[in-house]
Order: sequence, then C-alpha cells, then structure tokens
Amino acid sequence: MKLGIVVNEGPYTHQASDSAYQFAKAAIDKGHEVFRVFFYHDGVNNGTRLTVPPQDERNIQKNWTELAAQSNVDLVVCIAAAQRRGILDENEAKRQGKDADNIAPGFRISGLGQLIEAGIEADRLVTFGD
Amino acid sequence: MATLHTVNKSPFERSSFISALNHTVPGDKVLMIEDGVISARKGNTFADLVSSALSDCSVYVLAPDLAARGIAEGDLVEGVQTIDYGGFVDLVAECDRTQSWL
Amino acid sequence: MAMDEAGGAPGAAKKFLYVNRKAPYGTIYALESLEVVLIGAAFEQDVQLAFLDDGVYQIVKNQSTDAIGAKNFSPTYKALGDYEVTKLYVEAEALEERGLTADDLMEITFEDEDDDWAEKPSINIVSRADMAKIMSEQDVILSF
Repeated sequence: MKLGIVVNEGPYTHQASDSAYQFAKAAIDKGHEVFRVFFYHDGVNNGTRLTVPPQDERNIQKNWTELAAQSNVDLVVCIAAAQRRGILDENEAKRQGKDADNIAPGFRISGLGQLIEAGIEADRLVTFGD
Repeated sequence: MATLHTVNKSPFERSSFISALNHTVPGDKVLMIEDGVISARKGNTFADLVSSALSDCSVYVLAPDLAARGIAEGDLVEGVQTIDYGGFVDLVAECDRTQSWL
Repeated sequence: MAMDEAGGAPGAAKKFLYVNRKAPYGTIYALESLEVVLIGAAFEQDVQLAFLDDGVYQIVKNQSTDAIGAKNFSPTYKALGDYEVTKLYVEAEALEERGLTADDLMEITFEDEDDDWAEKPSINIVSRADMAKIMSEQDVILSF
C-alpha cells in the first residue's frame, strides 16, 4: 500500500516526530511504500541540519535523513510554514537575502500542494501532531 | 468502511479522547498512542468510557507507549488490545481512513 | 449526504475533510489549516470543512485582533465560496457546549452556479451523530 504521513510538530518537544518515524519504519518493514512525509506547522523544524542533540540521545533529523536515503522516502517541508520558522534551502536563502541555509540532507522545501497531492496519491494518509 | 481514530493525549489533559469516542460509528477502531494510553489503565476515571466504547468499536493501545509509561499490559481495561508499530500499520491499512484527534 | 452533486467535481475526485477543532490565535493550527484549504481548492477535490470542539470559534463573528498584534484572518472564511469551498459543517453540540448559537457565527455564503448564481449559506449546522457519519464517508481526513 502507498502511505502518506504528515508530521505537525517539531522534534523533541512532542513525541509526534518519533511516532511518525517508528510508524514509517514499521510500514516499510511490512512492505508498504511510504510515498511522502510532509512536515507542516512546527513539524518543519525536523528539517534543520543544525541540531546537535547529546551523543547518547537519538538524532531525530538524522533518523529521517537515513530513512529517506535507505527507502527512497520523499521528505517535504512546507515552504510557507518553513519561511515563518527559519528553515531555508540554498535557493530560498538567496531569494530572501539570508546569509545561510539550514535544510538537512534528504529534505526538500516545497508547497502545500505536495500535501494535497499526498492525500490524492496515497492509499492512506496518517497525521502525527500535538 | 471503518475509520481508525487515533488519540495521542491523556483524557486528563485534553478533550480529544472524549471527542474521538463521541464521533465513532459502529465498527470503527480507536487506537491510543503516546499519552493517549493513559485512558486505558484500569481503574482510571475514564475507564468506564473505554468499556462502553468497546460495545461497538475495537480499542487498541500501542504497547511501546504503554511500556514507556510503566503501564503493564495486565493493567488495562478489559477488552483493550495491545499492538506494536507493525500492528498500527496494519490498522491503518485495514481501515478506509484515519482521523487523528490532535 | 445530500449536497454531493453540487460541486461538479470529476468522478476521480476524492472526498477531503478538513477537521478544525482548535480556536484561532492561541495556536497557529487554524490559520495554517485555512492555508491548506485555499491551496487545496485548486486540486478540484470534493472538499468539506468540519468545525467541532473549540474549532467553532474559528468562524464566530466580531473577531478583533488589533490588541494582540495578530492578523485577523476570519474574513478569509467568507471568501471560501470564491474558491468553490461551499460545504462547512458545524457541530450543534459543540456550539451549545460553548454557549454559542448559529447567530454567533459569521455569515458565509456561496453563489450556486447550478441555480442561477443564487446566494446560499455555506454553513450547515449538523448534529454530533451526523458529524460522525460525515467523517465515516471521507476518503481523506486532514486534522490539524
């Protein structure tokens, strides 16, 4: 089955991103396709590469980045939500006149249409949030 | 035609648990995850609501979230089933849609 | 549901329900949910909005945000008809629990192209049982 996942909260404060990650891994283990993970609201904060969690703690951003690489999962950060919260890729940083970008590998910034498209294309859509 | 309703907050903190139960139709499935598992502990204020939901819906709790909160599987409201993340995936696939009561 | 034919959505369109359960301004969910609805309108799906729990406060009249420094986005709900989003379901019990009635809600209307552009209300007050039934008839539910 083709699954879409929505993550509405950032890492660490809420369990949402962890739950979504465990769900995605389990789905892939069962042979489902995780077609897209869409990060919205504070969920866009999962997509910064600048987090430095303590060594003995899980690295939520790295978990996602590795999952994307291993299982070809499309990690999409909502552009409107990302702009509000300071998540930028190289293009956006240039376009907005900012001196740096911070998007993590495996993540891409795109529009809300990608969320609607996930709803249309996926057989099931599951949301994780606060 | 069933809907999977997920609840991720304690009923002591949010109304999402009660709202979810109020919006099921017979045959729906309710899954407590994260702090949502608190409602499934036997003897809690909301245990009777869980029991009555069981009359026409299936109720599940995510075992990893139970374990994290120190709730033993033997301490659940009778009739509540435990599943792991793989079981969560199966429920999503079996049901026609998922409504997350955030 | 009686109103399914109205939208003129193609056969392949999915039924999308946006579930709004949170009051505006205290958190950003209402505003960012509305942004999804506006973008989603371009995809020609069969779109419905549900307002329950504190979500009914998103569409109450007389919202005035000047003193809190936030933008009042409530007028946007009135423009939903222009985006062909014409089915807003509001739960009667949610209003009643909060001491509200239908008169406390904004007037939100659309022009029905199948009825000589007659202006019709977009808001339908439904019982909790009917709201549960509406949820059970969707292809995709987006909850924020």
